[in-house]
This record gives sequence, C-alpha cells and structure tokens, in this order.
Amino acid sequence: MSGTTIEVDGLTKRFGEHTAVDDLRFTVEPGRVTGFLGPNGAGKTTTLRMLLGLVAPTSGRATFGRRTYAELKDPLRVVGTALEASSFHPGRTGRDHLRVLAAAAGLPDARVDAALEATGMAEASRRRVGGYSLGMRQRLGLSTALLGDPGVLVLDEPINGLDPEGIRWIRGFLRSLAAEGRTVLISSHLLSEVQQTVDEVVIISKGRIVHSGGLEGLETRTSVRVDAPDRAGLAAAFAAAGLQGSILAEGFSVVGTEPAEIGAIALRAGESLSLLQPVTEGIEDIFFQLTEGEHAVGARVTEEAGE
Amino acid sequence: MIPAIRVEWRKLVTTRIWWVLGIVLFGYIAFTSALFGGLFGAIASGAIGPEAAGGEAIPTDGLPPLVYSTVSAVGYVIPLILGTLAVTGEVRHGTLTPTFLAIPSRARVLAAKLIVMLVAGAGLGVVGLVASMGVGAGVLAVFEIDPQLGNPDIWAMAGRAVLAMALWAAIGVGVGSLIQSQIAAVIVVIAFTQFVEPILRTAAAFWEPAAQVGRFLPGAASDALVGASVYAMFTGAAADPLLWWQGGLVLAALAVLVSAIGWATTWRRDIT
Repeated sequence: MSGTTIEVDGLTKRFGEHTAVDDLRFTVEPGRVTGFLGPNGAGKTTTLRMLLGLVAPTSGRATFGRRTYAELKDPLRVVGTALEASSFHPGRTGRDHLRVLAAAAGLPDARVDAALEATGMAEASRRRVGGYSLGMRQRLGLSTALLGDPGVLVLDEPINGLDPEGIRWIRGFLRSLAAEGRTVLISSHLLSEVQQTVDEVVIISKGRIVHSGGLEGLETRTSVRVDAPDRAGLAAAFAAAGLQGSILAEGFSVVGTEPAEIGAIALRAGESLSLLQPVTEGIEDIFFQLTEGEHAVGARVTEEAGE
Repeated sequence: MIPAIRVEWRKLVTTRIWWVLGIVLFGYIAFTSALFGGLFGAIASGAIGPEAAGGEAIPTDGLPPLVYSTVSAVGYVIPLILGTLAVTGEVRHGTLTPTFLAIPSRARVLAAKLIVMLVAGAGLGVVGLVASMGVGAGVLAVFEIDPQLGNPDIWAMAGRAVLAMALWAAIGVGVGSLIQSQIAAVIVVIAFTQFVEPILRTAAAFWEPAAQVGRFLPGAASDALVGASVYAMFTGAAADPLLWWQGGLVLAALAVLVSAIGWATTWRRDIT
C-alpha cells in the first residue's frame, strides 16, 4: 500500500468580504501522519472541504497525485474521508450506511464487513445509527473512510468524542495506517490531542499557515518574562525595537530575543527592569501564541494606555 | 450512472419511509375507493339518491374508472411526499456529503435520484392500484355493478395512473431540492395539494378564461393524464381537460423545471 501525495497549492476561499482561507500551500507526504491544526474557525474544515471538492475554492487547487478530487476515477478507492461524525441517517443501520456508499465503488459486502471489523464496529453496525454514542459514530465514520482500502486518509477531528481507551486505540491505528505507507491527514483544534500521533504539523490561524513541519522546531522555543516599574515606557521601547510577544498580568512575555538583548534595549531607553527571566515554554503555550496571533508588545500596550 | 442509481436505490430501501408510506397509501386508497364505490353503487342501484326519490338512475359504466382512479386523484400526495423527503432527509441528516464524496459528479447524483424516485413512485402506484381496484371492484360487485376488470381500457388507465404516480415522485425530488427544510417542505406539499390547488380548481371551474389556465394546474394535469377522477366529477369544468398525453407532458415539464431550480440551489452549492 502506498499513498499519493496531497498538494495544496494556493487554496483561497472568500465568503463575501471575509477571507476564510488565504493562499494555503503545503504538501502531505505518504507514510506519515500529518496534523492539520488550528483553533475553531481558523479555516480547517473549509480547507478540507475544498480538498474534497465539497466547497469550490475562490482560487488555487488541491490535488491527490496531481488529480483534483473530482478528477479521481474511483474516489473511494483513492481517498478515504471521515468528516464530522453526524452525517448519518439515524434510521439506517451502520452497516447499511456503508453498503449505500459501497455501491458507488462497486465494492462487495465482504469489504463493508472488513471495514467495520477494522474499527471494532462489526457488532454494533447491525443497529440503527440513531442509538449510537459519539464515539461509535466516530468509529463508523472511520469505517466509512476505510471502505475502499484507500492510500490516502483525510479525517476531520477523528479523536473528538472518543473515551480514553478509544483515544489510545485510534492513536495506534493511525500510526499503523501510516506505517503501511498511507498518507494520513488529521485535523484537530487541540495540539495535545494529536501531539503523540503526528510526524508533521501544519498549523493555521485565521486562514493562514503559521507553522509547518516538525514539532521539534516548536519545542525548543523559549520566551523571556520582563517587567519594569514603568510598564508604559518599557512597552514604548519594545515597540520601537519591534519586539514580538504578549502582555501578561504582570509584565510581558517576549519571544524571539535573548535576555541580554532585552536588557540592552531597556538600558538604551533608560528603563530599569524589575524582572528578566528566560522561560522554556510548553508546546501548548506556543501553539496558543501562534494561533492567537502575535502582536508587537508595545503597540498593544500603548493602545490600551490610550483608552 | 449505474453505480449512482444503485447508491440511491440502497438509500431508499435501507430506511423505513418507503414501506411506511406504502402502508399509508394502501390504507388511504382502500378507504376512499370503498367510500366512493359504496356511495356510487348505492346511488346507481337506487338504494339512495335520485332514483330512490323517483328520479333517473345514474349510468354505471363510468363508475369503475372513477373508483379505481382514486389512486392518483387523491393518492398523488404520497409519492410527492416520498420524493420530497428523499431530498430533505438527506439535507437534514447531512448524508449528501458522503454521497458527493463517493460520487463527485453531482449531476449524476441528481439524475440517479430522479430515476430511482420514478421507479419508487411507480411502485407506490401499483400498491395503490391493488387497493383501489381490489377493494373498489369488490364493493361495486356488491351493488351488482360490472367492475370491468376484463376491459382493456381500464388496464390502460391503470398504466397511466402508475405513470402519474411516478412523475409525482420525481416532482417531489425537485420540491425537496427547492425547500430544504423538511417540515417546511411537507407543510407546503400538503397545503398546496389539499387546499390551494383544490380551491383554485374549483374557483376556475366557474369562469371559462380561468378554467383555460386552471386545467394546467398539476393536479388537473394529473387527472387528465389518468383520464378519470372523482375530483373532476364533483367540480365539473368550464373548459375541457387536457388530453392524456398533454397532462403527462405538463407533469414531466414540472418535474424537470423544479429539479432544474433545485439543481441551481441545493445541488450545486458549497457543502459547508
């Protein structure tokens, strides 16, 4: 089994004035689990839906081995998809839901049963979906994705709603799918949820990529905590120097600069410091900072002081 | 195209709606055909009505088609609802999303749904005819009226009734695409078929220019296609009804028109 590469090339979606997805470019390689991360409303779902031909992009395109989703001859055999866990008719059994879709690709019932077996849904699938828990719907969605034994899997928030045992199970399952050579793309709004599962991440915020690549790059980042008796004066000095960071309850958190550099900036501005402390940040903090967007520290403080 | 049709067929038969509506239709038509068969039979045999009061007996030849055609004259709302729910149910439960993922050509999905609903509507037509001809013929026989089951004209009418029921289910697909809220769609279908159109048809029957337009109303066109209707007998008409094939064309055109509007709205838009 070897998956094809997903290429996202300048995908953009505007809803009227609002740009939901802004010129996204990234590739997703086979044999790895790639996390597609960002807070709710960052444009993850819109991007995935453009990838799958459900939403027409304003510009740009996404391809699976150089073909768009609509150009795939037998899409279920190439790309397996699980979007939100609610796309089931409650009066239909789980097994029948798969049988309906299996007909599209001419897949036999034996394939349906194998896909249900793989996610532990063989028994429950004889009952109507209306009685399923969220975790069971997630597993059924995953079975749907596996139906055509595809080389590419695109899963939207697959871990959401699973119990701890289910989370452990799906982590191992996603790893094994990638180990078989498949291309696995999973979205999540929580980095911690997928941190142990993914090889690579694409992090987006407000429709733009803020980080892509491995998690190692993120883990080594440090910040510096700074405070001064004259906070407004210090903020003005930081603004003049173009420092990046955020405002804390007491002082500032500055990123991308060494403590020595910050001390020198303060000295030149004639500000005495009451705190100068390097901090190794948790990966979740960095994710939060990335996705909330960084502001020039001084600019924000001056704005607030002016109110 | 064949896989898309198979998908839509499996969707239909894996939920309960088809047989629930089949039972509703059977009961509804069995009841109305017994009612009309009994009423006309009693009048024709002189038990009640003009003859009992000393007047003329009504001719009995026209009674069997009148009773048998209740399947479409009053039952057409059932395939219309089936076709409507076939789309609104998908919108409501989000099941168009996996369908479009399996079959990216949305035109193909819509065409497959129309074909499957034509077949399902025809199936409902057969179920309704078993009720109207089974019960109706029995009741007419009680009043010693020939049920005319050997008459080829009766069977030709039955065939046209099946066609009418098929077309109504296809119109339903268009209606469901147009009005995506399930509750709103069902309310509109019931209000139009049970109140709005009967009132318009009755009103139009009294004034010749209006009647010229009124015979193009979908229910009137459907009755024209089948060739008999208790409804037409009650209201009379200031204008001749359409020919049977004209009625069929009106229904088919309506199905195409509403489906085309549905295509431009539900089927082509982004699925967010």
